[in-house]
Amino acid sequence: MAGFYLDFEKPIADLDQKIDEMIEMSSKDGTDLSSEIVRLKEKREKITKKIYSNLSRWQRVQLARYPKRPYALDYIERLSPSFVELHGDRCFADDHAIVSGIGKIDDYHVAYVGQQKGKNTKENLERNFGMSRPEGYRKALRIMKMAAKFNRPVICFIDTPGAYPGIGAEERGQAEAIAKNLMEMAVLPVPIMVIVIGEGASGGALGIGVGDRLIMLENTWFSVISPEGCASILWRDASKAEMAADAMKVTAQDLHEMGICDEIIPEPLGGAHKDYDLMAQQVKKVIIKELDELMQLETSELIERRITKYDRIGMWEE
Amino acid sequence: MTAWFKRQKEKVTTIEKKSIPDGLWEKCPGCEEILFRRELLKTMMVCPHCHFHFRLVAEDYLKILFAGDSYEELNPQLHSADPLNFKAKKSYSNQLKEATVKTGSPDVISTYLGNLGEHKIVLGVMNFSFIGGSMGSVVGEKVSRAIDYARENSVPLVMICASGGARMQEGIYSLMQLAKISAKLARYSEAGGLYISILTDPTTGGVSASYGMLGDVILAEPGALIGFAGPRVIKQTIGEDLPEGFQRSEFLLEKGFVDRIIHRKEMKEVLTQILEFGHQEVEAHA
Ligand SMILES: [Zn+2]
Repeated sequence: MAGFYLDFEKPIADLDQKIDEMIEMSSKDGTDLSSEIVRLKEKREKITKKIYSNLSRWQRVQLARYPKRPYALDYIERLSPSFVELHGDRCFADDHAIVSGIGKIDDYHVAYVGQQKGKNTKENLERNFGMSRPEGYRKALRIMKMAAKFNRPVICFIDTPGAYPGIGAEERGQAEAIAKNLMEMAVLPVPIMVIVIGEGASGGALGIGVGDRLIMLENTWFSVISPEGCASILWRDASKAEMAADAMKVTAQDLHEMGICDEIIPEPLGGAHKDYDLMAQQVKKVIIKELDELMQLETSELIERRITKYDRIGMWEE
Repeated sequence: MTAWFKRQKEKVTTIEKKSIPDGLWEKCPGCEEILFRRELLKTMMVCPHCHFHFRLVAEDYLKILFAGDSYEELNPQLHSADPLNFKAKKSYSNQLKEATVKTGSPDVISTYLGNLGEHKIVLGVMNFSFIGGSMGSVVGEKVSRAIDYARENSVPLVMICASGGARMQEGIYSLMQLAKISAKLARYSEAGGLYISILTDPTTGGVSASYGMLGDVILAEPGALIGFAGPRVIKQTIGEDLPEGFQRSEFLLEKGFVDRIIHRKEMKEVLTQILEFGHQEVEAHA
């Protein structure tokens, strides 16, 4: 992944540059630098491990937003090669910031709902940077209800900087669309697995994020507002985002500690983008394991446990 | 990652508006008339000239809806913890202390069981002057218990909303309150319970995107700001001025997202009619 490094990856970038120079030099004038190159590569591995074993919250936030990271469709295509995408909310439009459809994971027929970002400017314009409008939430609910009708579990992928704050989105009931999903998902009579694959900001993320399991990839975050949003309100300075990320405790590790995230899926060294296939494999393993368990439950038991799970979240004094 | 990143950075919400006016007189924000507080109290804090609705606190709504003292408060003992030990410019625990002193309440919401005419109801009232009416664990738990009470006792539920959204100082805990409350409402609704939400100025963010918008009937006071994203965020995102009246009660009525706008003086009567309509349903499923 030469050419794009996060600022905390600077030592790795420097080594990569040296390694590249040596390879070029040896091919140019035939000097044998192979042992030196091997040594540098080992050093690179060591430094990478060191950096990645001790990431700060803000570094994880940056990784979660890394533009080369696998997005919802990258997972869906690998989990279900015969995925059939289904479009539209049957009401107003098809929101491209959310993808949905049906597929098979091993023997399980599943419905997918995923927030989808774009890999480049053109794609991002089409995907609206993963920011849904009400149509997206309504499409998601339509697909989930169809899944319920045929007793198929739902897999949701969360990856959004938030619901889209626009005039049309408000006119068409952004708040109502999200609220309705929260209520319907709470009692949907089939298992729902929610997997955070990148960033999860606010009600916009939660709008497809109520379920039986909350699984998060190692370098992801999920909170009530983006660190920048929090910083600009509470510090009156968006550049204090790093402090806000720490104060709000936004990472997968934080949520796991709070008992809100059920499981963290490890990422390949250097982040999910280093190996899409391996990452998708890991995700698949967890999905299968959880579905094996969830599909055994009686519907009433499933819903009861789901409601109880949310009922327990919160800290207060009395 | 330039364009959207920039947009994220600009995501700002602050709500700066005066709460209950103090002092002898008040200038009406609607028509700029000078109004005597003494007179305003007689009109339920509604401007007699332009019908501007000043913000109220729980006690005011109790007077409007419940005769005399025919009510009891539910779970008044709940108050906020500081689960994240949160500190920004101010520490959250100090903010909580200040807000408690300022409002005389332990948190944003107060919940009651009372008699609205002949109808027993569970009522929740939010106070915007407590940290912007923000919803944290206490709001989540109190609303959740209120819904449970309503379901277990077949009593209709009325929520008077006023909130800028979820309480950032409680991080993911506050976001999850949306799911917690919505889940309880789903179960209550399945049991045949009647839920009326009343949106007052302002109802935005997490409260509108959960119990605000989940009423069987959704009522709104005139001129209230109602929406998901705050107007400032939208304006910054799209880079244009917002249309006149955007995200106000009348706009939502026109777009089909509230059932009816109610003037405070007709609130009790409209509620009574809806309660009568929904009464049998609740009994049948008890
Ligand atoms: Zn006036």
